[in-house]
Amino acid sequence: MLRLNNVEVVYDNVVLVLRGLSLEVRRGQIVCLLGTNGTGKSTTLKAISGLLAPEDGEVTDGSIELEGEPIHGLPPHDVVRRGVFQVMEGRRVFEHLTVEENLRVGAYTSTSMNLDKVLDTFPRLRDCRKKLAGFLSGGEQQMLAIGRALMSEPELLLLDEPSLGLAPLIVEEIFAVLRRLNEVDGTTILLVEQNAARALDISNYGYVMENGRVVLEGKPEELRENADVKEFYLGLSELGGRKSYRAVKHYRRRKRWLS
Amino acid sequence: MRSGNFFTSYAADMALFRTPLERWRMGLFAVAVIVFPFVATSYGLSLANQIAIATVGAIGLNILVGYTGQISLGQGAFMAVGAYSSGLATIEWGLPFWLSIPLASLFTAAVGVFFGLPSLRLKGLYLAIATLAAQQIVEWIVTHWTGLTGGTEALVVPAPRLFGARMNTDFRFYWFAVLAASGTALFTANLFRSRVGRAFLAIRDQDIAAEASGVNVFRYKLTAFAVSSFFVGMSGALIAHYRTIVTWERFTLEVSILYLAMVIVGGLGSIVGSFLGASVITLLPALIATSGRALQTSFPAVAEILPAVQEGVFGLVVLLVLILEPKGLAKIWSNVKTYFRLWPFSY
Repeated sequence: MLRLNNVEVVYDNVVLVLRGLSLEVRRGQIVCLLGTNGTGKSTTLKAISGLLAPEDGEVTDGSIELEGEPIHGLPPHDVVRRGVFQVMEGRRVFEHLTVEENLRVGAYTSTSMNLDKVLDTFPRLRDCRKKLAGFLSGGEQQMLAIGRALMSEPELLLLDEPSLGLAPLIVEEIFAVLRRLNEVDGTTILLVEQNAARALDISNYGYVMENGRVVLEGKPEELRENADVKEFYLGLSELGGRKSYRAVKHYRRRKRWLS
Repeated sequence: MRSGNFFTSYAADMALFRTPLERWRMGLFAVAVIVFPFVATSYGLSLANQIAIATVGAIGLNILVGYTGQISLGQGAFMAVGAYSSGLATIEWGLPFWLSIPLASLFTAAVGVFFGLPSLRLKGLYLAIATLAAQQIVEWIVTHWTGLTGGTEALVVPAPRLFGARMNTDFRFYWFAVLAASGTALFTANLFRSRVGRAFLAIRDQDIAAEASGVNVFRYKLTAFAVSSFFVGMSGALIAHYRTIVTWERFTLEVSILYLAMVIVGGLGSIVGSFLGASVITLLPALIATSGRALQTSFPAVAEILPAVQEGVFGLVVLLVLILEPKGLAKIWSNVKTYFRLWPFSY
């Protein structure tokens, strides 16, 4: 469905962030994108959704194809019309609009009104639909941000760190919703997440990024078994148990991939 | 493969001139500035004087708007305060101009602090409106306090004298204007390498985080108003002694907006930008007028309508700069530098 070929992104004509990134998202999959801070995960999502322009970024090489059609260089509002909706990092709800108005803005590109369906997905939002979005808690705002995306009935949902700063229980709830969305509605999801264990739990395929490239990819089971991923993303030692900080000496594992 | 400038100590990273090339460039510019008056025509010299004075004012405004993020529409008012107080100090007290200009600058700083008080509660456009009030109040006082300022009549300031010699020719005044401009630039460059300057930048970027880090936001906002108004007042005072005539029409709201145009076209938060902006905004009308005169013989028809479209052309050029490079001329200049620093790689 979505294919990125050797994408290169340069910010402000000087900063090279993505150095030939390739990945593929098949229809109906949940694909997660892992990697430490600053490796270009968010940039990848912005390159897909066209939100690079406000930050003076540019796709300088390679191609981004949606259903075989190149979409790089399209303005963001065109990309949304093609069924790709990005839920940005840090929620970004319209603070001075009510919850319901926020959701209605999300339906800007779609004619069908599935307000009830979204409110059923997030029952919490139904309770506060007349409240101003700025007064919601962090968890409710994240639900609102995802709900706003669902209003446009996207075919491909791009999620940037949906668990950012949320309580574990709320994270649980949000991930359950994502899985349900994928299974029931068949929404394809590309998920960027720091919580690697949880992200691998719900996804069908995973990519690990470093320095603007994909360094490792595979099914979640394979990734979970990979010694590097264990050490660096899941915080497990080679024996499979939790890392012990009591040991007298720590041997830092070297990453076995090239970057 | 990486190329660029890498520093290994904080001292090197914070230095005034960070690379030898920068030192060479400044040296070359200084030589050009010194040689210029000996080769320039008197018209060129008067333009250079205007640019130097405008640079002082633009850097002053940039300290407030570009570096501290407090929008001000009171530029004209503060320049008027500087001009009238310096002029009156020479007339009433018989002070020499080299004493009256700093005094007037200090007085303007105090006035600036007073009109900066609303910044405690107001931000952004609201503050802009509050400073607009400063503009109106000062303009009203200047035109109505006839006994002191002469009201709408012009205030005639005696020509500046130094060791008995009159300083009001373009050639002689040039040195003072350049001294003031380079002093302002040097002070500002150093200000933003200091603790106070960093506090200003912090207030601009995240005022709440600055407060959370222990920066007394209100005090630093007022300091910014004071420092900014000091230089703005100095620029006004320089105008008074350069023109030897002070009229309120020189310090209207239009002037405030013109100076805002300078710092925005030049680049917010940049000293080079202030200079470039001041140069462009000063030279552009002159250039349009000159080209109009040049066309007078060959295309009289074009020359005839040129004064009418002058304002339009001026606006169009400003608009073009902003569309092509929203961060101003300073950004274009830094792009050029980056290009050569990283050459032959593009990043």
